[in-house]
Amino acid sequence: MREDRSDMSEDDERASPSDLSLATEASSNKSRSCSVSGGGGGEYVSPYPDQVLENVLENVLLFLTSRHDRNAASLVCKSWYRVEALTRSEVFIGNCYAVSPRRVIERFGQVRSVTLKGKPRFADFNLMPPTWGANLTPWVTAMGESRCSLEKLHLKRMSVTDEDLKILAHSFPSFKELVLVCCDGFSTSGLAVIACKCRKLQVLDLTDDEVADDEVDWISCFPEGETCLESLIFDCIECPINFEALERLVARSPSLKKLSLNRYVSIAQLYHLMIQAPHLTHLGTGSFSPSEIVAPGDQELDYVSAFAASRSLVCLSGFREIIPDYLPVIYPVCPNLTCLNFSYANINAEQLRSVIRFCHKLQIFWVLDSVCDEGLQAVAATCKDLRELRVFPIDASEDSESPVTDVGFRAISEGCRKLQSILYFCQRMTNAAVIAMSKNCPDLVVFRLCIMGRHRPDHITGESMDEGFGAIVKNCKKLTRLAISGLLTDRAFNYIGQYGKLVRTLSVAFAGNSDMGLKYVLEGCPMLQKLEIRDSPFGDSGLLSGLHHYYNMRFLWMSACRLTRQGCKQIAQQMPRLVVEVINGDAEEEEKDDYVDILYMYRSLEEPRGDAPKFVTIL
Amino acid sequence: MEGGVVYESGLNLKATELRLGLPGTDESEKQTTFNIRNNKRPSPDTVEDCGSSGSSDDKHGGHETAPAAKAQVVGWPPIRSYRKNSFQAKKIEVETGIYVKVSMDGAPYLRKIDLKVYKGYPELLKALENMFKLTIGEYSEREGYKGSEYAPTYEDKDGDWMLVGDVPWDMFMSSCKRLRIMRGSEARGLGCSI
Repeated sequence: MREDRSDMSEDDERASPSDLSLATEASSNKSRSCSVSGGGGGEYVSPYPDQVLENVLENVLLFLTSRHDRNAASLVCKSWYRVEALTRSEVFIGNCYAVSPRRVIERFGQVRSVTLKGKPRFADFNLMPPTWGANLTPWVTAMGESRCSLEKLHLKRMSVTDEDLKILAHSFPSFKELVLVCCDGFSTSGLAVIACKCRKLQVLDLTDDEVADDEVDWISCFPEGETCLESLIFDCIECPINFEALERLVARSPSLKKLSLNRYVSIAQLYHLMIQAPHLTHLGTGSFSPSEIVAPGDQELDYVSAFAASRSLVCLSGFREIIPDYLPVIYPVCPNLTCLNFSYANINAEQLRSVIRFCHKLQIFWVLDSVCDEGLQAVAATCKDLRELRVFPIDASEDSESPVTDVGFRAISEGCRKLQSILYFCQRMTNAAVIAMSKNCPDLVVFRLCIMGRHRPDHITGESMDEGFGAIVKNCKKLTRLAISGLLTDRAFNYIGQYGKLVRTLSVAFAGNSDMGLKYVLEGCPMLQKLEIRDSPFGDSGLLSGLHHYYNMRFLWMSACRLTRQGCKQIAQQMPRLVVEVINGDAEEEEKDDYVDILYMYRSLEEPRGDAPKFVTIL
Repeated sequence: MEGGVVYESGLNLKATELRLGLPGTDESEKQTTFNIRNNKRPSPDTVEDCGSSGSSDDKHGGHETAPAAKAQVVGWPPIRSYRKNSFQAKKIEVETGIYVKVSMDGAPYLRKIDLKVYKGYPELLKALENMFKLTIGEYSEREGYKGSEYAPTYEDKDGDWMLVGDVPWDMFMSSCKRLRIMRGSEARGLGCSI
């Protein structure tokens, strides 16, 4: 749960269409000022007025942290550009193929923290072969060779190998923070190297990664003696860990605040860890059930007191294999919780109610639809401060009987007026409920509704869901991220183009009638940065209507639509700074029919990437 | 020499040939690396003009090119596999599968197989041969897997390493915790006659 990692979220702050021009500045600005700073020479030379200004600027810019502000500052003039580049320590790269490692390092020599995002989000759902790209290797190699003092690396949807981790561990002696989200390609061997070599490691955060099991006991690889660890998150690792080593590690990590265990840690083991670390603020509880072999003494463990002693706990997650009988032991921490993740906990309405009634301060809540509409009603009754809700399906298939419906949805809208972000999976929804939410929750910034059955209409009126989504874009004036579903015509897109003036991210699936739909959005939404569309009847003419805007976007994804190769080629020819990738989702080289399988295009300062696999054609 | 082995049930291997979907031939490998992509994109004219009529009948049943049982579309609903598998995998494991890890000396990573899928030793050995691209050969009580460079071994409930094939299949299935394909040189000791 990324409530404190805003830079990793898909919802960027402000759009930066100026990124492209910034970098072209770089290529024209070859001369570096021969500043009189530092260095040898005993003579005192009176500094030029410009130099004074630069020194002042340098000191002032140190306080500028937001990358959007920095981008703006760097555009003022060459001098400001130069100084800004020298003082920027955090670099954010939203698309690893938009710029090369060399260019980044050349411009930002003092970089300490790098955030890199790789694959497009639809890759998470197996829509394209896993070997598409987004390899960390060129980045980590270039940074290693440049001898920059990298301290933090945040990656999302990148392919990371064990070799990459090895280079990382050996190249940066001050390395402090490794955050990997939705990454793959590495194993426990790679983790072992990080644990062993990064002596200053404070944060090791693995979320939703695919980590291969090399049977290496990486926990034991942390060096003996006190560690600097503040955060250790490994709930996604699908292999057993050495518990004794973990216990010793926690005991010698006095700064540890965040700990998230995987499902191989039993509740008894959790107990032993909790009493070693009562100052935790974030806890992922692991399996939350007893192991098969119950050790003597496990029966009498006082779990309630362990939780009661954890007075700093504000964020609770895990419950991977929960035995609901144990749920009451968390009661002592509930009144303090601001975030609770039950999205792996198969619990019913009553069981949820017993917990949620104490959670008055809850702001972020993730849950499974097993709790039904009644469960959501209980949430609505208590959690008046709720900002973010995610309801996941326990049975993620089109024909499932989803136990949450428009009823629970409406209840939430009526009880949680401060709602800012919602992700809701269901089968039955009505326009009325969506309209109600648009009026009850005007602060909505993120609205993602997934009606799982494709093309499903309003289940009471039988109409399309156009009006519901229309109301959302009309009434929620702060909306920046939208995901639509259900039966939708071009009218819905008309609404989005007309009212969605702040929308930056739009996800479309199985929606629309014609190219007009796509046109409405491309012509109407000036802030649009990320557009991902699948299985919708949009063709070349719709695609061409966005030419004026594509340089302002991070990417466009269109799969299983009606695009032809010709149409895509036209775009490529007219827009030299766009990389237009045509991808065969089946990893074959042959084109199956006339329509393009997947179009993925993005702006870039570089020549098209050289690491594209055979099933990718760059036009 | 054929059939010098003693197994519980007489097996007609040809008749019971199972399509396991394990990587073996190139064809099956291509399938398994991406075998979930069974979604042939609906051809454009099946995506109907939904129009304004919005009739009450559920539209989503009408677009399939597949017959009665609706084909699941790839990547829909948009839930990451990890999350999907968190609930399915356990169910499958508990209800139908006996998954054990298989390692082979010299191979960089391990595999996992479901013992319940096989009816007996011949299938299992064949599958291992396909999986790791080697020949294990035939089992004999006296000489083990003589003639082969490799010998399949397993760790049983007591933590001992045993030669695959010594005990009846059912007993093997319930006591096998993991498999290891040993290099012939190490395995010779196991296969030696008394």
